[in-house]
Formats: sequence, structure tokens, C-alpha cells
Amino acid sequence: MQRGTLDLWVGLFVLAGIGALVILGLKVGNLGSFSAAETYVVYAEFDNIGGLKARAPVKSAGVVVGRVDGISFDTKVYKAKVKLNIEKNYPFSKDTAASVLTAGLLGEQYIGLETGADSDMLKDQDKITLTQSAVVLEKLIGQFLYSKASEGGAKQ
Amino acid sequence: MMLGRNALSVRGIGANTIDAVWRLGYASRFLGLTVGHSGTCARRPRLVVREVYYTGVLSLIIIIVSGLFVGMVLGFQGYQTLVTYGSESALGVLVSLSLVRELGPVVAALLFASRAGSAITAEIGLMKATEQLAAMEMMAVDPIARVIAPRFWAGVISMPLLAAIFSAMGVFGGYLVGVELIGVDQGTFWSQMQSAVDVREDVLNGVIKSCVFGFAVSWIAVFEGYDAPPTAEGVSGATTRTVVTSSLAILGLDFILTAFMFRGV
Repeated sequence: MQRGTLDLWVGLFVLAGIGALVILGLKVGNLGSFSAAETYVVYAEFDNIGGLKARAPVKSAGVVVGRVDGISFDTKVYKAKVKLNIEKNYPFSKDTAASVLTAGLLGEQYIGLETGADSDMLKDQDKITLTQSAVVLEKLIGQFLYSKASEGGAKQ
Repeated sequence: MMLGRNALSVRGIGANTIDAVWRLGYASRFLGLTVGHSGTCARRPRLVVREVYYTGVLSLIIIIVSGLFVGMVLGFQGYQTLVTYGSESALGVLVSLSLVRELGPVVAALLFASRAGSAITAEIGLMKATEQLAAMEMMAVDPIARVIAPRFWAGVISMPLLAAIFSAMGVFGGYLVGVELIGVDQGTFWSQMQSAVDVREDVLNGVIKSCVFGFAVSWIAVFEGYDAPPTAEGVSGATTRTVVTSSLAILGLDFILTAFMFRGV
């Protein structure tokens, strides 16, 4: 085998391998939409977070504005404490409401933010006070059955 | 009599254990020696380039064809199952995640072990059997630096590239079957895939896996070749051992790496 041909083939092979990695990163993965934007940290306390996981998206009006950085349990108030990383270029007012929502009927859970009317903005390490817990299907069904039963009782 | 036979088998277990530990230690010292004598490869990279051609480029055909077919079969089977739950739009997620996380690194490494690993072992074993390695030493050429190290590093370099090509071809195969043949919507196929596959969590972990497999397979291949008894039977036994040991090592390492990387936390 000629030296030049061998080098050519090895060069092609290495380029093909790196090209495959780039395709995996850009086309298959989400490197293209990956933002290295600076973030600020906001905490939110929920009575029940349902199936929320770390790295779940934080959305406002359906647009991803940040990620859930960590979830812990606060034994002082017995609530779930969720740490949110929100991108610096999305400021939110101090009275923003956070709720645990579900994408689709049985999809992944995410945090939805709805901004309020306050002119003060959330700063780093601030806490969101207006929160709404995840909808637990069992509780919902229980409530429904309970209300149906009491309705039936009232009629008689 | 019964006691005697028990003692014999216990002795057998002991001998096997000592032998296994001794061989592991020998293989580790051999690895240290190979890495320590890699200076020649850095000074003469052409030695490694030549071996990358034989281990990497010549494995391309089997890697590309297998990747394509594995992806296409995943497309068919995944669709069959997903359509039952009305979620055939997640076909891209299923194909890409199973390839990038598991099948890409593992199947590419198994193919690499049987295609390139066995060839390395047979070549080095035959060089030893025909006393070429001894002749090199007579000429003051270090066989470990000149023969073993370039093959070892060529395997370490080729494996991640081959695994990446395998995964990319597999995703393309899944696309061919899912979108072109069955008719899953192209937009949801790619967008669901992109939102589900994380570059650091999935793609990078797959690359790390393939690097570890490349290291293990190359190590086993050069060691078995160097350690082969210098007979025709010995070389054939060493070649078989390379394929069997590397396959088991790949599956074992894969379990350990997966347990560390994807604990579901």
C-alpha cells in the first residue's frame, strides 16, 4: 500500500468519525439549542411536586426560560424546595406565580412561570411565594367521587 | 476417598484462582510496559497511522452495514410497539437513545473485538511463533515500542470513532425505516429526538463508554497475542480467548458504566 493512499484513507476515517460525532451532537442531540447563557437562582416551595425531576424545563408561555437545578425537602416547613436556574435575559416580576404542570396528559412535568404586575424584579437567591402544587390524579379522582357522593346525598 | 476428591477440587479452585490473579497482574504489568514504551509512537506517529488503517479503516464496512441494519430493525420493532400506545412520534427518541447510550458503543465494540482484536492477536502471536519479536530484540529494536504500542494506541483511537459512525448510521437507518418507509412525521421524528437526547448525559457518556471499551479490547488483544504459546495451536487459542474475553469484558464494563452513568436520579 502506497504511503499517500494509506494516509488518505486514515484521514477520511478520522474525518468520518468526527463528522459522525458532530452529527450526533447537532442533529440528534440538542447542542444547537444549548445555551450557555448566564443564569440567576430562584427558589420556590411547593406542597407537592408530583413527579418533577432535576433538569426539568422551566417554561413561561411555553418557552423554555431555565431549568430545575435541584430539589430538596425542607423540614422547617415540610415542603419541597425547588431550585430554579433562570436565564439572565428573562427577568420576572417579584409576584411571579410558579406551578408544577404536566406536558400532555401523561407527559413529563415542568415548572410554569406566570409573571405578575409588580415592578420589582426577582433577584438572585430570591424566593417565589405564589406556588401551585402538582395535580395528583388520585386526589383529583378522590375529590370527584366525594363531591358526587355528597351530591347524591343532598338530592335524597 | 470422598474427602480426597473434595480436597482435589478445592485445590483445583485454589490453583485456578492463583493462576487468574497471576495472569491479571502479568497483564497489568504488560499494560504499564506498553504505555511506558509509547514514546516511540509519539515520535513516529506514522507507525500508529498505519495501524489505524488496519484496525479502523478496514473495520468501516462491517461497522457501517451493521449500524444501518441495527437502526432499521430498531425502526421496525420500535414502531410496532409504540403504535400500540399511539406514541409512534417517539420513534426517533427510542432509536437514538438506545443507539447512543447502549447499542452504538457495545455492538461496535463487540464487532471491533471480533474484526480487529482477533487480527491483532493473531498477527502478534504469529510474529512471536516465527521468532520475529526475538529477532527484533536481537537487532536492539524494542518489540513492545515498535509492534505492541502502535497497535494498542491505534485500537484506542479507532474505537470511539467507529462507535460514533455506528450510532450515526443507526439513526440514519431508523430514519429510513421510520420516516421514509412507514411514514412517521419527519418533523416530530427529529424534534422529539433533539428534545430528548442530551449532549452531555447521553452522547458524551456513550463516547466515554466507547473509549473505555477501546482501551479494554486493545489491551486484551495485544496481551493475548504477546502471551500466546509459540505454536499454531497456541495462536489459535489466543485468538479465541481475545474474542471471548473482550466480549465478556465489554458486557461487564458496560453494566458497571451504565450503573454509574444512568442511575435514574
